[in-house]
Formats: sequence, structure tokens, C-alpha cells
Amino acid sequence: MSQDVATIRVTRYRPEKDSKPFFQEYKVPYRHDMVVLDALNYIKAEIDGSLTYRWSCRMGVCGSCGANIDGEPKLTCASFLHDFKGRTITIEPMTHFPVIKDLVVDMEDFMEKLVKIKPWIIRDKETPPEQGEYKQSAQELERYSQFSSCINCMLCYAACPIYGLNEKFLGPAATALAYRYIEDSRDQGKDVRFPIVHEMEGVWECTLVGECSVVCPKGVDPMLAIQKTKILGATNALKSLLMPRGGH
Amino acid sequence: MEHHSHDIVIVGGGAAGLRAAIAAVELQPKMDVAVVSKVYPMRSHTVSAEGGMAAVTREYDSFDSHAYDTIKGSDFLADQDSVEFFVKEAPRESYQLEHWGCPFSRDPDGRISSRAFGGMSVKRTLFATDKIGFHLLHTLFQTSLKYENIHRYDEWFVTSLLVDKDRVEGVTAIEMRTGELVTILGKAVIIATGGCGRIFQFTTNGWIKTGDGMALAYRAGVPLKDMEMVQYHPTLLPNTGILITEAARGEGGHLLNKDGERFLKRYVPGKMELGPRDILSRAEMSEINAGRGFDGPYGSYVNLDLTHLGEITIEDKLPFVKELAEKYLGIDPAHEPIPVRPGQHYMMGGVHTDMHGFTGMPGLYAAGEVACVTMNGANRLGSNSLTECLVFGAAAGRAAAQYAMHENSPSFGNPVQGEAMVEEKRIFDQLLKNEQGEKVSSIRTEMQNQMEKNVGIYREENRLKEACRIVGELKTRLKNGIVEDKDHVYNTELVASLELDFMLDVAETIPYSALQRHESRGAHYRTDYTKRDDANFLKHSMAHKTTGPPRIDYSPVTITRWKPEERVY
Repeated sequence: MSQDVATIRVTRYRPEKDSKPFFQEYKVPYRHDMVVLDALNYIKAEIDGSLTYRWSCRMGVCGSCGANIDGEPKLTCASFLHDFKGRTITIEPMTHFPVIKDLVVDMEDFMEKLVKIKPWIIRDKETPPEQGEYKQSAQELERYSQFSSCINCMLCYAACPIYGLNEKFLGPAATALAYRYIEDSRDQGKDVRFPIVHEMEGVWECTLVGECSVVCPKGVDPMLAIQKTKILGATNALKSLLMPRGGH
Repeated sequence: MEHHSHDIVIVGGGAAGLRAAIAAVELQPKMDVAVVSKVYPMRSHTVSAEGGMAAVTREYDSFDSHAYDTIKGSDFLADQDSVEFFVKEAPRESYQLEHWGCPFSRDPDGRISSRAFGGMSVKRTLFATDKIGFHLLHTLFQTSLKYENIHRYDEWFVTSLLVDKDRVEGVTAIEMRTGELVTILGKAVIIATGGCGRIFQFTTNGWIKTGDGMALAYRAGVPLKDMEMVQYHPTLLPNTGILITEAARGEGGHLLNKDGERFLKRYVPGKMELGPRDILSRAEMSEINAGRGFDGPYGSYVNLDLTHLGEITIEDKLPFVKELAEKYLGIDPAHEPIPVRPGQHYMMGGVHTDMHGFTGMPGLYAAGEVACVTMNGANRLGSNSLTECLVFGAAAGRAAAQYAMHENSPSFGNPVQGEAMVEEKRIFDQLLKNEQGEKVSSIRTEMQNQMEKNVGIYREENRLKEACRIVGELKTRLKNGIVEDKDHVYNTELVASLELDFMLDVAETIPYSALQRHESRGAHYRTDYTKRDDANFLKHSMAHKTTGPPRIDYSPVTITRWKPEERVY
């Protein structure tokens, strides 16, 4: 197979040595079927063992390997080197996150937000599993299915201008996950979850830029979830005005 | 040295580890549980499982049928009491997962959908399109967040078990973010770190599957059972090793040689594409060796043909297959066949446990792929492993909680403090300080190539001996390995070096165990001993750590109701 050589420019930042980030350039021979992650692995194995980044599944499902590639948030395992043929490829840590080292960012903020939206099924009464599954129709599944496909890769946060300005914004993935549970026919926790989503400088901050939905590698549409949550929220707020006990 | 203390310390945050954590706090809500994982739990390799999870949920099915299929699939090396326990617990665990929110695919009546799978005699594999592992993992992880007593140590790498007088008392771990070695004490430790696929060059497994937990237990004196039993899955993408799910065949896909022939008629006429993985992988190699494979840039391959299934079935039932084929091969599986070849996928062998995850060392439990209960014997059936993680993860969590309720907390004194100091010295004063030597990555590549070449689908005495010798040499060479990155903060090269150290210990047990099994059974195929030999080898191999090569002895197989018979499909 024919080989080309890619020029890769990677952000380096090692807090024990460097006062600020800088770029380091590497030459990487590649075949047509190699992705950016393969180039990083080549650099680490053959050129510079200190280059630091996260990865695992290399098949676009574990969500570890996000980075900004030529300015766009992408999974490095799903970005082909040949798409950048003839020009230097710039790989930077995802924007809007504190950097721990090189391409490794701090995602604790998201982990805290994830807990806050209570991403689990809330029921008034549990049925013992021995009695079988909660029935769900294909249509009921369809209502939340795409929002359950989020791999927590953080690309949507890197793309979101609102999150960039205000890190208190709940953000695309967490809102989509909240909506995933709100729309699940098995869940009875809407009354608990709504106030959380609405009070957390959440959906109302979003100006529907839609970058989150564009960069999602799994076809999730967080912007749609945010819109729908706004509509449901407005309806609920109206109900509680008219019927102070919550409109049940 | 900083230290933390919990009732139970779980190493690994995949399906088995998270299920164990939830089981422990559900049994005893005050139980203080730590989940220590080298990655954020939702990155665990459970995420990559695709096809489904097996459980008896239909009127047409029975526990006996599921048990018999599993035992026959195992080539009669499974312990039948464990299998019987497994099949009876499987439905409850599946429904529990559904109650926790797993977005299973649904039949028109609203029940969880089930599909056909290799070696299963009826449709009993429950699925969520072809992403069950992803959904199962995220469901368990998100559910685990509601328990305040489950404390997580995300991105902490466990380096050793702390043992006092044969009782486990905790672990040492590197907090990746700071690079400090910290002691985490526990009355009980559950190992749930998954398999060790990255020992091999061509594997479906993610980068993190480095056999850490196998090595931790092995070094602490627990034997590794049936390590020669390595599963090679028949359908991997030839360049990357990315898995194409067995569900593609469950939904009706065909395997074709270069003559366009469904060659499995010569190997498993009764099951064809739904035969067990060991037989299908060998059948593909036989075709390739007979010159009936396709030649490709990454060696020979056969075709997985889904074109007759139609776009709608592929879209509805196999969307991830479509995504992977399009993204990584640039082909639409509705119109073109997918090139595939067999490669390492799963370890039937692992840390010896009983059916409650107990390893024999007081306080130490294991569950999931890292463990060998054994329910998979010499060959695991597809879709049994996720259910195994839930059933035995829960069992280990309950057993560890019951044990911890009656034990006193270990204190941070000697000998564990001394052991932790020795560990700190080993890592930071020796390993990290080496200024000259061989790169860790080159030793790792040699190990992977060696295992691929000499401990693969076909095995033979001289090649196994060669593997034993070379892996032994690589262990010596790693002692003089160099970590170029001298930082403490998030040092992935240091972790990779410790992982390789784990992998070499684990890798060594495979050819040694294989060398002494003078028969062919399930996934273990010896070209110099081609028949199964129940008179001499209906038994589990047990690899024990010594100061030299592993010592292999044997333990009996538990037979309850199914007498070993010829395995014909």
C-alpha cells in the first residue's frame, strides 16, 4: 500500500515543566486507512513517549479521544489523515475545558452536571424484576432513543459558544440526557427533573446556535432536546400558574 | 503516604464492577463502596459489546436448554453448577437492567426483543439494536450515580493488592491527575478489570484491556484458571480488528469464500453461520489455508455478506455495523460484503473463583471477563458474557458485602504500609528513574507479535515452547525498559509500562497452560493432538505464580446433569 507523510502539529502542555502551551510538530508516515489517533499512537510509540492523550476503543463508542482537529471538535479515531492531505494537521485539546496535560482535558464539570440531572429511572413504585419488563412500545422507545445515544465525548461542549462564556450552563449533553429520561415512558421523575434543568442556568441560556448537533459523532441532536425541554418547561410553568398543585 | 478507607474496594468500572457496587449497597445501604477505575467508567470496554445478552425470557425456551447450549458450547469444560446458577439468575438480571432504563429494542407487544445467536438453539439474545454494551454500561453507570455510598476514583490506576497474612486489605493506586501513589484500604476487594486482549496483536479489545486484574490476583497468589482458552471471534475488520457483531449472522448474514460459497456447510452443516465461534474461526482459517480466501493488504480474509438482508433490516437492527463499515471501510453493507478475518476477542480463562466470585483468598473476589467461574469452559457462546457480568458481578457484590459486614476495617499500619512503601519505591525510584534502556512500546509490540504467531488459533508444541521462551525473555528485557516521560502528572507512558508488566505475567500463563494440555477442546486446538481427551483432560488448568515460570496443576470439572458427549453441530 502506498504511504504518504502527514505533518502533525500537536499542542504540548506539561504543567510540571511548561508555563504555557506550545505546538510541537511531527512527521508521520501513513496509509489511506489511518486515522488521526493512529498518528498519535505512532508518535507515542516511535518518536516521543511523553505525548499524552486519552483513547481506548478506536471504534467511536467509548468517547475518550475527542480533540480539536484543525479547530473542529472531533473524535481522533474517526478522522482520517487522508482528509487533510497536503496540509499540516493541527491537533489541540478540546476548547472550553481546563487542560491537565497535552490533549487531556479536565471533564469533572460535566461529571458533576451529570449527577445533578438525576440520570436514572425515577418511579413512584418499583415492580420486582421477577415480574418481567416494563412494557414499552417501539413508538415510546423512539421518543427518547436518539438522546440515549450520547457517548459523553464532550465534543458538543467544545463546540458550544454558550458553555464557552458561562460554564454554569448545563450544556448540550447533560440537557439531552435529562430529556432522554423525561421522555422515557418508564420514568415518573419529571416533577423532580424539570426544576433542576430549569434552575441550573440551563435551557434558557441556549441561543440555538446548533453547533452541538453538528459536531455530535452519534447523531444526537442536543439542540432539539433543549428546544423541547423549553416547550415542555413553558407548558409546565403555565400549568402550575393555573393549577398551583402542579396540574395533575 | 495518603490513604483512604472503605468497606469494599472494587477495581474496574465496567459492567461487572458497577453491578457489584450496586448489589453491595442494595444489600446493605450503609456499605461504603469505592469503584476505582483507570478510565471514567463509561469508557470501560463493556461499551464495545454489540450483539446482545442471553437470558431465558420466552415461553418456548427453558433453563435446561440455555444450560445445555452453554455447556456444549464450552466443549464440556464449564462447571455445570455455575452454569445452572447463571441461567436461572439471567432473566432477573436482564429485567433489572430494563427497569433501570436500558433502552432495549422492543417487539410489537412491548416486550424486549430477542434474536438468534451462535450456539444458542432458540432466539434468546436480548438486544438494543447492535449497541447493547454501550447501553448496558451507560445504564449501569448512570444508575450507580443515585447511590451516595458508591464513591468513585476515576482515572486511578491500581498497581498492587495489599495482603496481610493471606487476607486482602486494599490496593495501591496511582491517581493519574497528580501522579501520586495512594493506598485505598478495604475489608474486601472485588476485581472486575476485564480481559487481556491487548496481549495479542490482532484483537477486538480496546487499549485498556491489559489484564491488570488477572496479574494483581496472580501475583497475590491466586491461580489463573484455563488460561489456554482464548476466544478468537470470526468476524473482525482485517485492518483494525474492529468487531463486526455476531448479530449480523443472527439476523441472517452469510459467510462466503472467494468462490461465493457458504463454506460452513463443510464444517457446521446443522448450524451454518450460527455455529459457535471456535469452530467458525477455524473454518475460516481452513478455507484461507486451502486457497479459498480473498487476498488483501492485511492478509487473507473471507466475506460477511449482508446484502440480501436489505437496507431496512440493516438500518433497524444493525445500525452500528453499517456505521463501522461505512466509516472504516467506505462500504455500504446493504450493497457490498464486509471483509472479515478471525482474531482475539475474549478470555474464557481468568482469576479462579467460585460462583460467588470468591477467589479462595479471604476478602478477595473477582467477576466478569477477568474471572473464571467457570461457565464458559473452552469456548464462550456469544451474548453470554454481558449477562455473566451482571449475574456474577451481583453475586460477587453481595458476597463481598456479607463478608465486609462481619470484618473489622484494616488499619494503615504494617505490613500493608510497608508493602505500599515498597511499591512506591518500585515505581518512582526504579521504573521512572531508569535513564537508559529499551522503549516500552517495542517490547509490547514484540509480545503481541509473538502471541499472535505462536499462541493463535492453531497451536503446536514447538511454537508454544518458543512463545514461553520469548515471553520469559521479554520479562527480563522490561526490567531494563525506559519511560521517557518523567512527569508525575497524568503519565500515560508510566501506566503503559506497568500495564505491560501485568500483560507479560498474564501472557506467560497462556502458552504454559496450552503446552501441557495435550488435546484439542473448544478454542484450544493442537495440531499435534487433534482430538478431545476426556480421560486425561476433562479438568481445569490452574497456573500458579512462582519465582520462575508458572507452575501448572489441575482441578476437577463439576458435572451435574450433562455427561460429556461428542460436540457435533
